[in-house]
Amino acid sequence: MSSLFGARVQRVEDDRLLRGHGAYLDDLGPDALAAAFVRSPHAHARITGTDVSQAVAAPGVVAVYTYDDLPPRLAEPLPLLIPHPALTHGRTPYPLAHREVNHVGEAVVMVVAADRYLAEDAADLIDVSYEPLPAVVGLPAARAAAQLVHDDVPGNLAANAVQERGNTAAAIAAAPNVLELDLDIERSASTPLEGRGVLARWDEQSQRLALWTSTQTSTGVRAAVAAKLGLDLAQVDVITPDVGGGFGVKIVHPWPEEVLVPWAARQLGRPVKFTEDRSEHFVASAHERAQHHHVTVGYDDDGRILGLDVRFWHDNGAYVPYGLIVPIVTSTQLLGPYKPGAYRVEFDSLYTNTVLVTPYRGAGRPHGCFVMERTMDAIAAALELDRTVVRERNFIQPDEMPYDQGLIFQDGRPLSYDSGDYPAMLAKIKDLVGWDKFPQLKQAAAAEGRRLGIGLACYVEGTGVGPYEGAHIVVETSGKVKVATGLTSQGQGHQTTLAQLAADTLGVPLTDVEVVTGDTRRFGYAVGTFASRTAVTSGSAVTLAARKAKQKALRVAADALEVSAGDLEITDGKVQVKGDPDSGMSLGTVAVLSNPLRYAFDDAAKAATQFAGGGDPDRPPVAPGDEPGIEGRAFFSPVRSTFASGVHAAIVETDPDTAEVRILRYCVVHDCGPLINPMIVEGQIHGGVAQGVGGALYERMAYDESGQLVNASFMDFLMPYVSEVPHAIEIDHLETPSPLNPLGVKGAGEAGVIPGAATLAAAIEDAEGIPILSMPLSPSDLFELRQAHDRPGAQAATFPAGLPHAG
Amino acid sequence: MSAAGDLPGAKPPGEELHEVRLTVNGEVRTVRVPARRLLSDCLRHDLGLTGTHVGCEHGVCGACTVLLDGAPVRSCLLLAVSAEGASITTVEGLAEPGSGLSPVQQAFRECHGLQCGFCTPGFLTTITAGLRENPDPDDGQAREMIGGNLCRCTGYQNILASVHRAAELMRAAAPAGPA
Repeated sequence: MSSLFGARVQRVEDDRLLRGHGAYLDDLGPDALAAAFVRSPHAHARITGTDVSQAVAAPGVVAVYTYDDLPPRLAEPLPLLIPHPALTHGRTPYPLAHREVNHVGEAVVMVVAADRYLAEDAADLIDVSYEPLPAVVGLPAARAAAQLVHDDVPGNLAANAVQERGNTAAAIAAAPNVLELDLDIERSASTPLEGRGVLARWDEQSQRLALWTSTQTSTGVRAAVAAKLGLDLAQVDVITPDVGGGFGVKIVHPWPEEVLVPWAARQLGRPVKFTEDRSEHFVASAHERAQHHHVTVGYDDDGRILGLDVRFWHDNGAYVPYGLIVPIVTSTQLLGPYKPGAYRVEFDSLYTNTVLVTPYRGAGRPHGCFVMERTMDAIAAALELDRTVVRERNFIQPDEMPYDQGLIFQDGRPLSYDSGDYPAMLAKIKDLVGWDKFPQLKQAAAAEGRRLGIGLACYVEGTGVGPYEGAHIVVETSGKVKVATGLTSQGQGHQTTLAQLAADTLGVPLTDVEVVTGDTRRFGYAVGTFASRTAVTSGSAVTLAARKAKQKALRVAADALEVSAGDLEITDGKVQVKGDPDSGMSLGTVAVLSNPLRYAFDDAAKAATQFAGGGDPDRPPVAPGDEPGIEGRAFFSPVRSTFASGVHAAIVETDPDTAEVRILRYCVVHDCGPLINPMIVEGQIHGGVAQGVGGALYERMAYDESGQLVNASFMDFLMPYVSEVPHAIEIDHLETPSPLNPLGVKGAGEAGVIPGAATLAAAIEDAEGIPILSMPLSPSDLFELRQAHDRPGAQAATFPAGLPHAG
Repeated sequence: MSAAGDLPGAKPPGEELHEVRLTVNGEVRTVRVPARRLLSDCLRHDLGLTGTHVGCEHGVCGACTVLLDGAPVRSCLLLAVSAEGASITTVEGLAEPGSGLSPVQQAFRECHGLQCGFCTPGFLTTITAGLRENPDPDDGQAREMIGGNLCRCTGYQNILASVHRAAELMRAAAPAGPA
């Protein structure tokens, strides 16, 4: 039985990072020239002229580039990464703006100078003339389409998509009860502490490009940059250094800077670096979340959903390079652990003159969860049922797995749940948070003049999407094991968890294993890190590769020891006869023997040289079909996503005067299958919950009507400090294994954030007795809700939330 | 002895340079920098101490925190010339060279107090100074100690645990006081 799988192993990454010896993008290339960008100050404008003459003559300036300087391939719009039949009007940006700008922050001119100070000085001297156009800001303006973002996109409509299972209209019409809800989620963003960054070095002699970029996909960047620069793939190395957080924003590629910087480096024959600053990150990377939803649900008197119709509008910003992934995920993952009798979902993806919208941790799921869970609570309120009872009655049962929801998921495959035990999950959270005892607690608090509320929210998360990841493992003659996988790391501890899997499978100490991620020189086939997929895809690939290496090691050792491979085991880096620690040889020696040598480079290598006396003189030293070395290379390609699940519950207290919300308890039950490293999984949950709290109570991208992002700094965009997160995040795990991969694991990276807004909305609603239909909810928002609620003759903003009417 | 022109520092054409003497992690360093050079950039790009990270450039996130004469300061809000004569400790100087991790660093490792590691240097310097001032913080004091630093990965749970663990490690390492 393995010893490292499931252990709270301390991270192998940490020593270096703690000593300040990490190597993040801006720590590299001290000799590089610095790039800075002139960015659009307008949300929507025509460019009528660009005067760079003063900048070109400015101190330290090496080059200034506008759109007109770009070669043909770079003068085309950047790729639309994920095409979809419903995306009939996909538009992507040019690397540098061409005639028109469509959001504040869009890159217009690139300056390359001796250092960043000088590059910014020169950028300030560039005079771009604009003819401002009316800006389309917010979903109402996008839908009204009185103004267009792109002249050739009628109605600002990038895409309209519909999915339906069953006859939803008929099911709702026949339902004894119907209610309707309007539910909104506002914009937030990934905002990793390190922004984007890219460093390029062109080597004229070898005609090769080395590119370092703070990305979630090195192979994706490599392919895109090679195509844009007209290079062979073999001429391009992309290396992912330490990455200071991603959370989705760094999966988008190629960013304008990722193609412009290597192009400039080649043009100039000197390394060039771009390091995004914080204000740029707010206006020149990507946001997420903003959607408006209209729900019509028909249900029976027990609270079972007979028909669910969801119409929603997705603000995709100025461009859609990442396709429709976010609204597709919302439209499918909205269903959570439930099985409505019939379901229809339709969305419009709409252009606005704002920063583009691409996945941020959760990627459409927090919105879907908010919609579904608010609907559940509204049904419970309408029927005066306990909120957990309504959920129980709608759950897919464990014996119904695999359960096909009858929709197509974001990977183009059926939305078919592979595993999970939702009733057990609910029972665990009720225990953990003390659901049944809460009414007494609430009453006691009320007697002291305090307002307490409890809420919960369930989710299902499709994780570990394909198409594949791979891994390569080689055992060196020292016995050290080198592992490479192509996807990247942004702090998730992949070097540790993947090393645990390799060490376990091979039977070597963890300290002998070194894992490299995101370096195309080491492994060229990969997809990237997103959708909570590393453990499932790369974890499985590493395990399969290690099994191959182990098989080879046992075969070589069996030959040398003249025993059957079946009688051998590898323990603590030693190949030995099972149960006999005195027998056998080190794995390093096996690696020596696996590679017949002519030249000895050390004492150990002598054993593999031609006069050492090994081998059958009548057979080739390397058997036909065999290869030298102890290596394993394997790929794992899942048939479809595996579905993790969970439920969060919170108890909040709302201040009767200031309307501040204090989180008294925050509980999590989480099922990602067997845990490879519980310490790391819990760390992922903690971080996710903090982002969930941020999205529920604090974070909001505030655009004014002209399309200026008025809170584009950490001073004004309220990312949680320690003072905003719950004092304790209480976690219980459920482990239902997935049948879809060799480890039985399901993804864990995004889960923590998904039900945050839904859970806190439910708890605040319970405390206040006012429907909460929009998040985030600031104290002033809540204060205004209270006032509207208390106003005599105000609209009946009482339970049930929404507008129930006879079916 | 190196000529002044060989001193590390940005050498932009036309900008007046100022010689600044700093004691960084116990070593005396001299740089020639323009007056507008930020201390964070000076440490990172002129002195090659890239462990100090820049997360927001306006003193809000705390990633660039270094100890200036023992006190935590935001190096992105200081000009290098204004640090003339000061003694600076960066994350690279928290552990003795070639030795084990400092108690705060060790605590972060044990408690999984870091994920991507980008904000970490600022937390390590901040907590190092905080625990010197208050070696035995209660939970509220620990929260206050890290209350000015942003982390997007950890949700702060394990950073708080690290503060308490570091205090414990420091107490265990300290010579026993009088009975």
